[in-house]
Amino acid sequence: MSELTSKTIAELRDGIGGGDFSAREVAEAYNAAVAAGRPLNAYTVETPDLALAAADAADEARAAGALKPLSGVPLGIKDLFATEGVDTTAGSNILKGFKPPYESTVSGKLKAAGAGMLGKLNMDEFAMGSSNETSAYGPVISPWKRSDGGNAALTPGGSSGGSAAAVAAGLAAGVTGTDTGGSIRQPAAFTGICGIKPTYGRCSRWGIVAFASSLDQAGPMARTVRDCAILLEVMAGFDPKDATSLDVPVPRWEAGLSSGLKGKRVGIPTEYRIDGVPAEIDALWEQGVEWLRDAGAEPVKISLPHTAHALPTYYIIAPAEASSNLARYDGVRYGLRKEGVKSLDDMYAATRAAGFGAEVKRRIMIGTYVLSAGFYEAYFTKAQKVRTLIKRDFAEAFKECDIILTPTAPSAAFGLGEKMSDPLAMYLNDVFAVPASLAGLPAMSVPGGLDGQGVPLGLHLIGRELDEQGVLNAALAIEERAGFTARPEKWW
Amino acid sequence: MVSDYRIKGETGEWEVVVGLEVHAQITATASKLFSGASTTFGAEPNTQVSLVDAAMPGMLPVPNKECIRQAVRTGMALDAVINRWSRFDRKNYFYADLPQGYQISQLYHPLVGAGEVEILLDDKDENSVKQIGIERIHVEQDAGKLMHDQHPTMSYVDLNRSGVALMEIVSRPDMNSPAEAGAYLRKLRAILRYVGSCDGNMEEGSMRADVNVSVRKPGEDFGTRTETKNVNSVRFVMAVVEHEAKRQVEVLESGGSIVQETRLYDPDKGVTRSLRSKEDAHDYRYFPDPDLLPLELTEDFLAECKASLPELPDAKRKRFEGLGITPYNASVLTVEVETARWFDALLDAGAEPKQAANWVVAELFGALNRRGDTISDTPISPEEAAELLKLVADGTISGTIAKQVFEIMLETGEAPSRIVEERGLKQTSDTGAIDAAVDAVLAANADKVAEYKGGKQALFGFFVGQVMKAMQGKANPGVVNERLRAKLG
Amino acid sequence: MSVNAEQVRHVAKLARIAMSDAEVEAMVPEFNNILGWVEQLAEVDTDGVEPLTAVIANDLRLRDDVVNDGDCRDAVLKNAPDAQHGFFAVPKVIE
Repeated sequence: MSELTSKTIAELRDGIGGGDFSAREVAEAYNAAVAAGRPLNAYTVETPDLALAAADAADEARAAGALKPLSGVPLGIKDLFATEGVDTTAGSNILKGFKPPYESTVSGKLKAAGAGMLGKLNMDEFAMGSSNETSAYGPVISPWKRSDGGNAALTPGGSSGGSAAAVAAGLAAGVTGTDTGGSIRQPAAFTGICGIKPTYGRCSRWGIVAFASSLDQAGPMARTVRDCAILLEVMAGFDPKDATSLDVPVPRWEAGLSSGLKGKRVGIPTEYRIDGVPAEIDALWEQGVEWLRDAGAEPVKISLPHTAHALPTYYIIAPAEASSNLARYDGVRYGLRKEGVKSLDDMYAATRAAGFGAEVKRRIMIGTYVLSAGFYEAYFTKAQKVRTLIKRDFAEAFKECDIILTPTAPSAAFGLGEKMSDPLAMYLNDVFAVPASLAGLPAMSVPGGLDGQGVPLGLHLIGRELDEQGVLNAALAIEERAGFTARPEKWW
Repeated sequence: MVSDYRIKGETGEWEVVVGLEVHAQITATASKLFSGASTTFGAEPNTQVSLVDAAMPGMLPVPNKECIRQAVRTGMALDAVINRWSRFDRKNYFYADLPQGYQISQLYHPLVGAGEVEILLDDKDENSVKQIGIERIHVEQDAGKLMHDQHPTMSYVDLNRSGVALMEIVSRPDMNSPAEAGAYLRKLRAILRYVGSCDGNMEEGSMRADVNVSVRKPGEDFGTRTETKNVNSVRFVMAVVEHEAKRQVEVLESGGSIVQETRLYDPDKGVTRSLRSKEDAHDYRYFPDPDLLPLELTEDFLAECKASLPELPDAKRKRFEGLGITPYNASVLTVEVETARWFDALLDAGAEPKQAANWVVAELFGALNRRGDTISDTPISPEEAAELLKLVADGTISGTIAKQVFEIMLETGEAPSRIVEERGLKQTSDTGAIDAAVDAVLAANADKVAEYKGGKQALFGFFVGQVMKAMQGKANPGVVNERLRAKLG
Repeated sequence: MSVNAEQVRHVAKLARIAMSDAEVEAMVPEFNNILGWVEQLAEVDTDGVEPLTAVIANDLRLRDDVVNDGDCRDAVLKNAPDAQHGFFAVPKVIE
């Protein structure tokens, strides 16, 4: 990896600002890395010219003394974000070739802050997946390999698999991801990087292809906690075009970073210790507690009684919302259309059969079923009631603590193809991440260490509504003590 | 209260039960319910479509405050309960005029609850009043338009109308005849136009009705109903009620049963026909729209809505009756909001209520009908009309001359007093001149005078006519009458 | 609650996804697998609990009635599989 591509965003910002190197040099280094990184299949579309254009603008801005917060920082954008004039497929065949005449609010803010776009990042189709294996454009292969010498291709996690792989492999300085049920945090844990899902409503959903409206949130993924804070400050903010957007000011998260946790109580939820999770992960969790104690925090046992019901709740609500959100993919106004059909209904059915992959179809079907006459009360309404209870659990717990620490995922990255035969096995990947999504709370994964096979493991922090600072600070405390410097060995 | 309208069948008499679901576009707003695109009628296809209306990936709805305000005002005008807390739900189905694959509507918790509309079945009979219940009103998105005649194998989709705000006004099944359905629809339309939320223009599609009809033998439970959708005139609604009720009676009396289904009215053939059944069309899988939060109305907002309501038709009618205007005239004057407001201005300009009402109903409406104009088209202002009426009331001109002056006003747009001045149309009450004319007429018709004195009272009118003719219509009729009586004895 | 092929076919119809008989048959056990798992929620005591209506407490923001959008037909039709004379063209619908 070139020196430039191993710098953090903070370092790039300071380096460009200080004249140590030009933005153009940085963009060129990243463009080369992206091209060389094709074996990972992290990018579905490469936009080297756009990265160079942003770099040139940054260099001009520097000369004029008018640098912006992200001038010259090359980013990858998850293919779920609409990017004007650039393919936006959501990892699906049904949107193959779709070039939106509009830019998502979040990616627009990053570009307005001077960031350059290296390309669009591969992902699970319509953000439905935990391993980036449901993409219509092929799986993403993690830059990490197990140390057993077997050379098995590992998953980078999902749905933001391309995003995570890009950061870990040095193919982007930082990236955007989205998190509906863990899709930022779990891939971050699998690839040894940082990723934060903010409070629901912090980032605008306008222009992000919708999966599950009451759960989707955009968030940054990067190498360090500070980098995440820098990116999130630019991404977040009230958007009048999104009725669920929170009209609250964006705090100066980077400036507010502080790893001293004196006076803070760390909640350790008993229900997150579950059978079948490798001992290494529980051990890392305990290590995490010690690190936070070392930073001044007081560990406290807490209970989140409805934890076990979170995944089934999620797998009723998310598919239900998705079944409705994906109804617009019908071949009429954009995207794939199957020709040679007799009627409008035939066109719909043939288009959607050809355009959607197996997991998406499965979730649309489940979602349609749980909303249908006779089942709505028993499934959907029931799930929304349990969701209220899950949210209440957290509210109660946060009377006893200020931050909650759990493992991010119940395993390290697994091999491609290992979990594809049973959807349920795949769903269980998000057991620790989903509750915070259901409650709309800010949550972050930070690298904690490597497992016995040399593959990364992450620690997971959940904060109160709007307390991203608390989450970032606790993550920083862990980052400082974990000393995680491991990088994947370049095999591509 | 069930009316006495009955369908006479082979097996006896049948009652008809009617409920109307009226879709009224909120024409008072410039932009759509959830997007900032324009709502103007008649634009080039797909030019009033935002990315939100086209349901592009990642688009989101944001509600229009004025649409909510107009729906609340409408509910208040219908004496309905306004729900402080309501919610938007998605109604999911697939059709080419529905880009999202769902319509944002309100099923579980509508904005407006139960209300009432008073209808008058016979303008001339104050006692023909009936209350028709309103079940609820909710707001929802309108769909786009599909056109089938432009191409042999393709249909064309225009999304201009997609996303325009609709109020769905659901009546209780309280109507029992075509006349009642017609009266309800006309009254509802009048109220909407008074409130200003919907222009009630059924030809342009800003108001349409789904007609629910069932029949039953008196005393029995409700029968199965059918729904005839998108009927776009009062006349057609009444025709649908009659035709559908008769059709159902025929089916039932020949041993069949009524299928609960959707039908369409064919105005050319005068029949309703079953829509090709869309299987599973009715499982809409309603659920709360997760892109929108619940709608909560503040007391201030509601107070402003209430304060902004104009005087409504019933109240105006009662006020006019209180001024001495006949119930029939009051009713006629308050049907159309433009007429009622024009008449109010006439009263404000000082016209005497009874005289003004009679004149408007007989003379002004007569002239407007002849010319094919509406009251908004008339070149006569209420102030000028008041002036004309005053000229009659204070005896400056006779009623007959007034009609002449009125015609001239319509032609030229001149003010009445100027017309009277310029053409010398003032009537005279000069007894000297009138006496002279009376004397001349009686002298010229001595034989008729004799007949009159002999008992033929009807000849009095002849004498009046002759005197008026001699004076070129400019004699004060009252004085002519008085002088003739005096001289005839 | 388990589903059979008939019900799966019905759901596929509601969702407008064409499925061969083989695909329907294959989906039946998948469906039942997932349904059997999510059904555990029936055991949770939710008496007196309201369904969640807002993830984060917030007022529904209403916008002013201003025309500030639309009039962008080219953008709207840009990605259409079949646009003709300013319309979206679809296989004919018979009503």
